[in-house]
Amino acid sequence: MVDATSSPAGTGGSLITRLLSRFATGNRMPLLIVIAILWLVLMLAIAVSADLISPYRFTQMDLRNRLSLPVFMGGSWRHVLGTDELGRDVLSRLITSIRMSLLIAFGATIIGAVIGVTLGFVAAHFRGIVEQAVLALVDFSAAIPFLVLALAVLAFFGNSLVLFVCLLGFHAWERYARIARGLAISGKTHGYAAAVHQLGASPWRLYGRHILPNIASTLIVSMTLAFPEIILLESGLSFLGLGIQPPDTSLGNMVGFGREYLSSAPWIMLAPAFVITVTALCVSLLGDWLRDRLDPTLS
Amino acid sequence: MLQYLLSRLLRAAVSIVMVVTFVFVVLRMSGDPATVIMGADAPPEAIDAFRKAWGLDQPLWVQYFAFFEAVFSGELGRSMRDGRDVVAVVLERVPSTLALTIPAFFVNIAVGIPAGVYAALHRNSLIDRCVMVMAVTGFAVPSFILAMLLVLIFSVTLGWLPSAGQDSWRNAILPIATMGFGGAALLARFTRSAMLEVLGQSYIRTASAKGLPWSAVVWRHALQNAAIPTITIIGFMLGGLVAGAVVVESVFSWPGVGRLLVVSVANRDLAVVQAVVLMIAMTMVAANMVVDVLYGLVDPRMQGQARAARR
Repeated sequence: MVDATSSPAGTGGSLITRLLSRFATGNRMPLLIVIAILWLVLMLAIAVSADLISPYRFTQMDLRNRLSLPVFMGGSWRHVLGTDELGRDVLSRLITSIRMSLLIAFGATIIGAVIGVTLGFVAAHFRGIVEQAVLALVDFSAAIPFLVLALAVLAFFGNSLVLFVCLLGFHAWERYARIARGLAISGKTHGYAAAVHQLGASPWRLYGRHILPNIASTLIVSMTLAFPEIILLESGLSFLGLGIQPPDTSLGNMVGFGREYLSSAPWIMLAPAFVITVTALCVSLLGDWLRDRLDPTLS
Repeated sequence: MLQYLLSRLLRAAVSIVMVVTFVFVVLRMSGDPATVIMGADAPPEAIDAFRKAWGLDQPLWVQYFAFFEAVFSGELGRSMRDGRDVVAVVLERVPSTLALTIPAFFVNIAVGIPAGVYAALHRNSLIDRCVMVMAVTGFAVPSFILAMLLVLIFSVTLGWLPSAGQDSWRNAILPIATMGFGGAALLARFTRSAMLEVLGQSYIRTASAKGLPWSAVVWRHALQNAAIPTITIIGFMLGGLVAGAVVVESVFSWPGVGRLLVVSVANRDLAVVQAVVLMIAMTMVAANMVVDVLYGLVDPRMQGQARAARR
């Protein structure tokens, strides 16, 4: 059985071994990237252990301590990051929001990659009219701001968590489709694809087992670049009150409600705003760095 | 050139057909368009009249063409809130939005391009570093957070500028600054990398080797060639400006099209949403076509390449 990872025509070794060899032979990782990775690991750890580490339940009210100051502004250690207008602990809400926002961003990134890669492969496989149709769709979604399309869909269908995640999944699908189509077309000209085809493999097997692993590194880089955009999109829609609905909470949602208390209690809005910005910054720094190391063709 | 123009026009036409189809499909999938557009509590006679007017008793493909006819004759229904024609409701908001987006666009260009060019010409200098930090920050700080930080600093703390409304020109400063910064950062980053790439070309070395003063090399050779990729980015930026207007108008309670869209989505005033989406989409398609044509004018090589790239 021909294994794509060891095929002579492939781009040389599996993604993991290539990554490891880059780490071993390349320059040392820049300090900024180390910090970015540490921050993202911290965010992931918070998201996974949210229920264990949050000091209060995120909906729990403490009406006698409404709008209490965070520690760094002279507040008490009872509520480290202060409380909001209902006396809910900002730190606990922040932790729950990080989990929600990361979950949505992961889900939507994966959905977008699956849709885009599938359509890209379909275009590459059938060519002709099917390919033209996919390319026209790509042109269309690249031309219209996604935020506007998303607002239209939310207006017509109403809002639910599942719909919201699927909707965000359509963000950036056209980029994956373009990449997958281009790489699949060039991949098909390589010897290994022709060999697998001649051995009688089905198109499913050809694309899933042989072409996909060979273009995985490029796709992973694109996913890393799309991930912060989805975080920003989700927080933007939630900020406008059209994304995640209460009692659920997300980072953008917190900023949106904190806006009402901007002059009297800016800490409600500053904590999630800081997390959104730093997380988006770290993922995109990491993405840029990965792109430079793994995939010189993308720059 | 004519063939190039025609192919761009054709692409624009295809995009518009797809936009209208998208709205048609979403509208049909979300329920009975008569009750959706007219509201569930509309009198039955009105719904019947609407059905007849829009041909909802006809087969789907007839409806599809009827929908096109309605869109292009500007009959998009009435607003749920005050029963006015949605086209009028949307059009009266357009000047307010343009009052923000046009100055913001000029800020983008007037700040972004010189910053990018300067950074590229003085690579690794302090100013270059600053430009790059600003460019990366411009991507990572979403416009609603930047807007609120500006309000926190200039309205709440310093009390220099108003934070909401449309009473005087001073109200427009913070929204324009918010929209201007994000686009300028993006443009600076792309202009810088386009300039750096051009400066590394052999014709730049030739030009300075034959004794041209450095300023002439930059003006006559580098800038004109770096303009080509920059124009594409400006096309993408228009989409960013529209999306930015949606968010920024909402933060600053600015009565433009973007705020109208957000409020209408929240109230599910679907006729208005439909009109706004169609209008934004058609504006974007037209803008992209203009950018494509400009691109062809600036760089004649593109006319052949664009066709080759489509294959």
